[in-house]
Amino acid sequence: MNCSEITKKYYRVNRLPHIWCPGCGHGTLTNTVVRAIDRLGLNKDEVVIVSGIGCSSRAPGYLDFNTLHTTHGRALAFATGIKLANPKLHVIVIMGDGDSSAIGGNHLIHAARRNIDITTIVFNNNIYGMTGGQFSPTTPYGDLATTAAYGNIDKPFDLCSLAQGAGATYVGRATAYHAVLMQRLIEKGIQNKGFSFIEGLSLCPTYYGRKNKKGNAFKMHTFLKENCIDKKIVDKDPEKGKNKIIIGEFYNNPQPEYIESYQVITDMFQGRGEKNGEV
Amino acid sequence: MNDKGYKLVQGNEACVEGALAAGMRFFAGYPITPSTEIAELSSQRLPKLGGKFIQMEDELASMAAIIGASLAGMKSMTATSGPGFSLMQENIGYAAIAEIPCVIVNVQRGGPSTGQPTSPAQGDVMQARWGTHGDHPAIALTPNSVQETFEYTVKAFNLAEKYRTPVIFLMDEIVGHMREKMTYKNISDLEVINRKKPSCKPEEYVAYRPDEDMIPPMASFGEGYRYHVTGLTHDETGFPTNSNEISERLIKRIVDKVEKNIDDFSYFEEYKMEDAEMAIIAYGGVSRSAKSAVDQLRKQNIKAGMFRPITIWPFLEKQVHKVSFQVKEIYVAEMNLGQYSLEVERAACKNCKVSKINKVNGELITPEEIIEALGGRYEL
Repeated sequence: MNCSEITKKYYRVNRLPHIWCPGCGHGTLTNTVVRAIDRLGLNKDEVVIVSGIGCSSRAPGYLDFNTLHTTHGRALAFATGIKLANPKLHVIVIMGDGDSSAIGGNHLIHAARRNIDITTIVFNNNIYGMTGGQFSPTTPYGDLATTAAYGNIDKPFDLCSLAQGAGATYVGRATAYHAVLMQRLIEKGIQNKGFSFIEGLSLCPTYYGRKNKKGNAFKMHTFLKENCIDKKIVDKDPEKGKNKIIIGEFYNNPQPEYIESYQVITDMFQGRGEKNGEV
Repeated sequence: MNDKGYKLVQGNEACVEGALAAGMRFFAGYPITPSTEIAELSSQRLPKLGGKFIQMEDELASMAAIIGASLAGMKSMTATSGPGFSLMQENIGYAAIAEIPCVIVNVQRGGPSTGQPTSPAQGDVMQARWGTHGDHPAIALTPNSVQETFEYTVKAFNLAEKYRTPVIFLMDEIVGHMREKMTYKNISDLEVINRKKPSCKPEEYVAYRPDEDMIPPMASFGEGYRYHVTGLTHDETGFPTNSNEISERLIKRIVDKVEKNIDDFSYFEEYKMEDAEMAIIAYGGVSRSAKSAVDQLRKQNIKAGMFRPITIWPFLEKQVHKVSFQVKEIYVAEMNLGQYSLEVERAACKNCKVSKINKVNGELITPEEIIEALGGRYEL
């Protein structure tokens, strides 16, 4: 499907133009989500996109699915309720770096631990963009932000390791530059029956880039192009991974899914004719 | 159950049974004293009825999960106590502005902070009204017996569904942990209300366009009505707006749809109020002491009566105003330092004297203490 067909079929065209700044990586990442859904041929009525608060979380508003823009950090908790209430729905969560790992960090590790069938996509731009450029849990050590005027002394999270350590059964990372890889990871994430976590490195020329003299959007894209290396290459030759950002599929290890486990319990009682009022 | 159809049931258990009778099929919660039995029993009962139970990582998440489940079409509930209720406030506001039906049970304990986890209190009355930020509608019901807990949990769900709003079921530790006889005899006669669904085609659906009753029909996610839900101020389509006019219209509508319909759910009890010259206003566990105090005062030929709000929010303006014309003095007895009494004073408009009887030591106010508080003014 070409670009305009994709737009017409999956975007709420009347909600465009979007609010993202020129050069922001979020538009590209949003498109990878849409293209993954298209490739898998999902029924639009059965897709739910949930987001939290921040630049990334405006994405669902532009997309023609069941869309839920929730509170800061809580997207996964809302999504858990939706998925458990109606397991037929494909639930996809889009969050930002601060959204998913600062205010929403607890929800992230517990959704991962349960291995509930939700696909989580983090648009990581290393900064709080919506509020004007404060450091986030993924801002590199030493970098500048409006609340790190003398250099960031917090150490950054590796979001993929965090999600995998917490129990996610499918984990991968790509970037706004590596859009084809990003799309493929999302497709596989959606297909994984369990908690999938895909980190999409985005870029924020307006705040993070400007504050840290990273150049314009073109330069920031070029940085991603030149400094990322696929895990498959590094696996063969670890030397090549030195000082690089590793991208690709990190983990694919299906485990019993939360709602399936719940269903086993429900099935035990089927046909027993339980009624209300039987304390 | 004995042959008369009665059973000895705990308040928290009755709450679960009421919720199930109302059609609750989703519960998300986090353990906290003194509400934990509600989560425990829900976890045992729901799988048997094809429903869903989940223990979330905290109360923020519990509140979020029940909103998500409600959007997916399930009647949903959570239960907590003071500290957890504080954490839920954020998403209670979300449910209010996004108009998602759900029930939040708060079995009150002593506060602030960790306070007195195993002791009763009524310190969350104002929080039940104003806990979440911004102007918003609030419906809160407060039962005083096990039977009433059962029946009014059903009503809490009905109001949530009818008005598309979060409803607070404000219990206290006394009612929650009390065991009393209860009957399910009339379980099939209980009125159960379900949310209004859209009758139009999906392409004609305007998600937040209200009908004449101020309430927009609600489609569930997955039914083909792909729409957008946000906690931002939004227009009738559900998408965010920066229009000041539309923002104000939205906030006024969500408040009005509740407050202008107060006559539909003004639940209260008047006890020996016909000829009363003084009234005790009490609710929840304390009202049981107040009733006993009224009986003892009557034996002394003192014309005492009790007014007991069950609908604690919105405030029963008309009814309290009427009481203030009838009696010479109102005593508001509550297990806090005076919360409901502020509203009573306001509604009484100085028509009569309003005095307070308060206690925050973690014990129930006894009938004797109520009588003693009156002692200076009444020959006993």
